[in-house]
Amino acid sequence: MTAPSAPLASTPAPSVLRARKGTGYRRFKSGVATTAIVLAFVVAAVPLVALVYYIAEQGLQVFSWDFLTSDLPFSQRSVEGGVGPAVVGTIVITVGATLMAVPLGVLGGIYLNEYAGRSRFGKLVRFLSEILTGVPSIVMGLFVYTFWVLRFEKQTGFAGALALACLMLPVVIRTSEEMLRLVPHELREGSLALGSRKSRTIRTVVLPHALPGIVSGALLAVARAAGETAPLLFTIGVTTSANWHLFRGTNTALSVQIFGNANSPYLPAQARAFGAAFTLILIVFIATALARIVTVVYTRRVSGKA
Amino acid sequence: MTQLLDPAPAASPPPPLVGGPRPPGYVADRTLRVVAVLAGVMVLVILGLIVWVLFDNSLDWIRTEGIGSLFSLTWEPSTGRYGAGALVVMTLMVATIALVIAVPVSVGIALFVTEVAPRRFRLPIVFVIDLLAAIPSVVFGLWVLRQLAAPLADVYASVHDAVQGIPVLERLFGDPSASGLAIMTAGIVVAIMITPIVTAISREVFATCPASQKEATLAMGATRWEMIRGAVFPHSRNGVVAAVIIGFGRAVGETIAVALVIGSSQRLTENLFDPGDTLASIIANQFGEASGVQRSALIGFGLVLLVLTIVLGIVARTLLRRANRRLGVEL
Repeated sequence: MTAPSAPLASTPAPSVLRARKGTGYRRFKSGVATTAIVLAFVVAAVPLVALVYYIAEQGLQVFSWDFLTSDLPFSQRSVEGGVGPAVVGTIVITVGATLMAVPLGVLGGIYLNEYAGRSRFGKLVRFLSEILTGVPSIVMGLFVYTFWVLRFEKQTGFAGALALACLMLPVVIRTSEEMLRLVPHELREGSLALGSRKSRTIRTVVLPHALPGIVSGALLAVARAAGETAPLLFTIGVTTSANWHLFRGTNTALSVQIFGNANSPYLPAQARAFGAAFTLILIVFIATALARIVTVVYTRRVSGKA
Repeated sequence: MTQLLDPAPAASPPPPLVGGPRPPGYVADRTLRVVAVLAGVMVLVILGLIVWVLFDNSLDWIRTEGIGSLFSLTWEPSTGRYGAGALVVMTLMVATIALVIAVPVSVGIALFVTEVAPRRFRLPIVFVIDLLAAIPSVVFGLWVLRQLAAPLADVYASVHDAVQGIPVLERLFGDPSASGLAIMTAGIVVAIMITPIVTAISREVFATCPASQKEATLAMGATRWEMIRGAVFPHSRNGVVAAVIIGFGRAVGETIAVALVIGSSQRLTENLFDPGDTLASIIANQFGEASGVQRSALIGFGLVLLVLTIVLGIVARTLLRRANRRLGVEL
């Protein structure tokens, strides 16, 4: 899972000076470098556009309300059926993971920013959560499989949610801490000076101020988690009918369906993979856009006040 | 800072009100503090549990050939050979290809955002790169598998023809696989997937370059490129190296897209156009059907991945911290 990039808050003030054009060879060299820099962005944007276009083109051929709600067929060859259970599974598992990771992550952020300060233990926690961010998602899947699924001998949506929550936790902790750090100290001091206890200050002054940033960070983490495959591969099992229970019975997810059908020699299965991929991209993009909107609205509000 | 804010040190017991009622809010204060500390402790617990659980479950594999299992090049479950060596090498091959492609592109985008693009385009550009980061791994895999693999096979074929007779390249770019599923293909997908994170970190590093230094070079009559080379690069060397290491860590751990496009072959090859397998992709492809020592070996591969990413993470963070300390910025 990739950590969401921070908003462009730290860009330095615009320079009054402008670069000289230079002459001859120097001018040529600078021109070549600038062109290469612009091209780099194009090189990265091309796959994005090509991928979205291709998946949308293929996915829209099967995409419909029926596709989103009907049960999975028993055979890969079947033209009938949709990815309903996978949509349900993705929702149930992601929501489960969010309910575990976000409260815990925000509390972790509160600990790091409001309590730990520069203490040694705080530094350790901060460092380890950064390390945890880099742990590959397949390792989380193996971990939850050996630690949880083997112990209770059943694959459930909850096991998958547990793996996703482990992935989300460090991301939420880091974004929460960063957002809490942006809260001006004057607000805390004002509240404390009025006689509020620390817990009350955090609850009524610090958290509300940082909330939009935390929500935006959490949304990005949710978007990334919803698309994860590796942590779910061995933890949730398989099912062909919708299972709304987090703790009971095996489950499935859009990402797992795509992985299972991508290599299929049968066209209907491939079509379902594309349909599922389109659905997943839609979910992920909407969550990412929401996160961006929250950030933009919030920064506008803050800068408007200042 | 914290001391300044704490009216009464929250850690020490409240003033001695022997027998009297506790001051209002005391319980809430203690509860929030304890819960917050516990949340922090969770990170330690999770990381510790992962290491312990994976180690404990890979013991069967480690016992087969001892430390040699790590270096043995043969992966043959049918004959009881569970060497990780070939997979480690191919994992490094995929990650290296990814870095060779992704690092120049990422540094370019980061410079584009911080130094070249007009101010009002910066946010949209960052948003586009964020979208690239948001696309799930499995969707990348599906796209490359279904649309890109076949044309890539043709490209590989012509590259192969072009390098005939050139000593090293001839081996590296050997006979391509007909399907286009190859180590090279995996490297290309991973390159696209690590570009956003490398870009994001480089961007932050470049943005911390003091305007005064840039203005100084510009005032001397430097062109834009001379300004970047003379002021931005020397200033950000450590940070960019850290970004590269973090990208390398992500590349090594990338699983699902690689599993779909690398072609699943565990025989070590120096030909980048041959199918291969990585530590992560073999887990995704084989763990479901594995049992006994094979399962233990795959868990062991997970442990190898974990240790590798932890070490890379520590190195990268240390570099970033050092870069920031020199600037006087607290990370």
